[in-house]
Amino acid sequence: MNARPAIIPGPGAIAAARRTHPHVTIRGLSKRFGKAVIYDKFDLDIPRGELISVFGPNGCGKSTLINIVAGLIPPDAGQILFDGMLLHEIKFGYVFQNYREALFPWLRAFDNVAYPLKMMKVPPAERKARTERLVARLGIKLDLNLYPYQMSGGQQQLVSIMRALIVEPEILFLDEPFSALDYEMTLFMREQLQKLFMETGTTTVLVSHDLEEAVYLADRVLLLSRHPALVADFPKVTSARPRTDATLSEPDFVRMKAHCLDVFKREVRRA
Amino acid sequence: MKDRLQAFLPVIGVVGLFAIWSLVAWRAWVDPVLLPSPAKAFDAFWKGMKDGALGFDFVKTVYRTLASTAIAAVIAIPLGIVLGASERAYRSLEFVIDFFRSTPASAMFPLFLVLFGVGDETKISVAAFGAALVILFNVAYGVMNARKTRLLAARVMGASRVRVLFDVMLLESLPQTFVGLRNGVSLALVIIVVAEMFIGSQDGIGHSVFEAQQMFEMPRMYAAIFAAGALGYGLNLVFLLIERRFVHWSGK
Repeated sequence: MNARPAIIPGPGAIAAARRTHPHVTIRGLSKRFGKAVIYDKFDLDIPRGELISVFGPNGCGKSTLINIVAGLIPPDAGQILFDGMLLHEIKFGYVFQNYREALFPWLRAFDNVAYPLKMMKVPPAERKARTERLVARLGIKLDLNLYPYQMSGGQQQLVSIMRALIVEPEILFLDEPFSALDYEMTLFMREQLQKLFMETGTTTVLVSHDLEEAVYLADRVLLLSRHPALVADFPKVTSARPRTDATLSEPDFVRMKAHCLDVFKREVRRA
Repeated sequence: MKDRLQAFLPVIGVVGLFAIWSLVAWRAWVDPVLLPSPAKAFDAFWKGMKDGALGFDFVKTVYRTLASTAIAAVIAIPLGIVLGASERAYRSLEFVIDFFRSTPASAMFPLFLVLFGVGDETKISVAAFGAALVILFNVAYGVMNARKTRLLAARVMGASRVRVLFDVMLLESLPQTFVGLRNGVSLALVIIVVAEMFIGSQDGIGHSVFEAQQMFEMPRMYAAIFAAGALGYGLNLVFLLIERRFVHWSGK
């Protein structure tokens, strides 16, 4: 008479599976630009609720990867599923490197942030409420009545990130989001991003050209080889969060950074 | 102190010009019949504008210039957006547009005379033709040069093609559209004034300049020239102020 619990998994088991199963599965991804083969039957699983940094030699296709996954560039072949669903069935956010050209200068920051909700046909009153709720939750002190061109670079990129978060995305993509900022602002923005990530736990894919930044922010560092890109390594960064300046000199962190640098150099030399 | 000095800089050229003009007229270095004193010219301007024919001519020219610019804008802006949104469509018409844009609109007078007769329609339509091509060219380029990142951003956020067109491309093209409108209205004014001089005109600033010259009333001629200049400058300024008001992000 004992029911076998394993045949029909209960809700708890499904939830557990959802927690442990990869969030994004990339299978057989191929992409070429002219004669250059960037990806050739590339496979990757992106774990759920982790922040993944993508790092690799110049022109290896770091940005191409997230652009394909986020649907900005069509792949030549391959399948990308999010919990078994296609991109247009899920909510996602994308943050561009060039905030100056990604925000709408004719809209106030507030309306920039709320724009994705408008596309989802959310009524204006609720758009306002949700935007205000996001601002409160992030604890960001910004005058959202300003136009983007009245803000500093970091503030503009913060608005971009908020615009990506407003839809409560299941996955967040950031393409070198801090590389157009000065160093002081970059440091500040790293902390902001870490705070946001710890707050929301959203699966995040960050393309970075700065190894220290990539390791510092990541749960895992995706190290790519020269194109056709392969996963050179995908190590887990074990340093505890919140990470601080002190983290940078901890032995674990230093070892991880050195390891990533080794892999990177090996891949650069292979060309 | 320095800021205050800055504000006075533009005045220097104006004062200088009038000083030289007054000096030349006073010393009679040029035949006084050909170059009256500034006072005489301004007297003619003031009287002409207040209750003479010049005021009436001025209003006529303003009406014709604005009418032709409005017609040009109504035709050229939607067409420019359509052409700009499809680079292929623009490329296939580019040569025709560039060719007629380079054709002096004055060369079209005889043709338009045949089509519309000697009335206002001819002047307005030739000017509208010239202005429309300038506006069309600028709007199409404004749309075509919309920042790719911005279009991508809108698409990533789930905007449809139509939404991208209205929410992004249209607004992106506005600064360039205003460049087109400013150039268009200047060109329309040139064409209108020329048309008023020659095509059996009874009124307008062009007619006023020409008539004064024919009757050798030099102060009145200078007054009419000055009216034309003020009109051209004023129209440009008005469009610039509208642009600053509505395209606040332009150049930022």
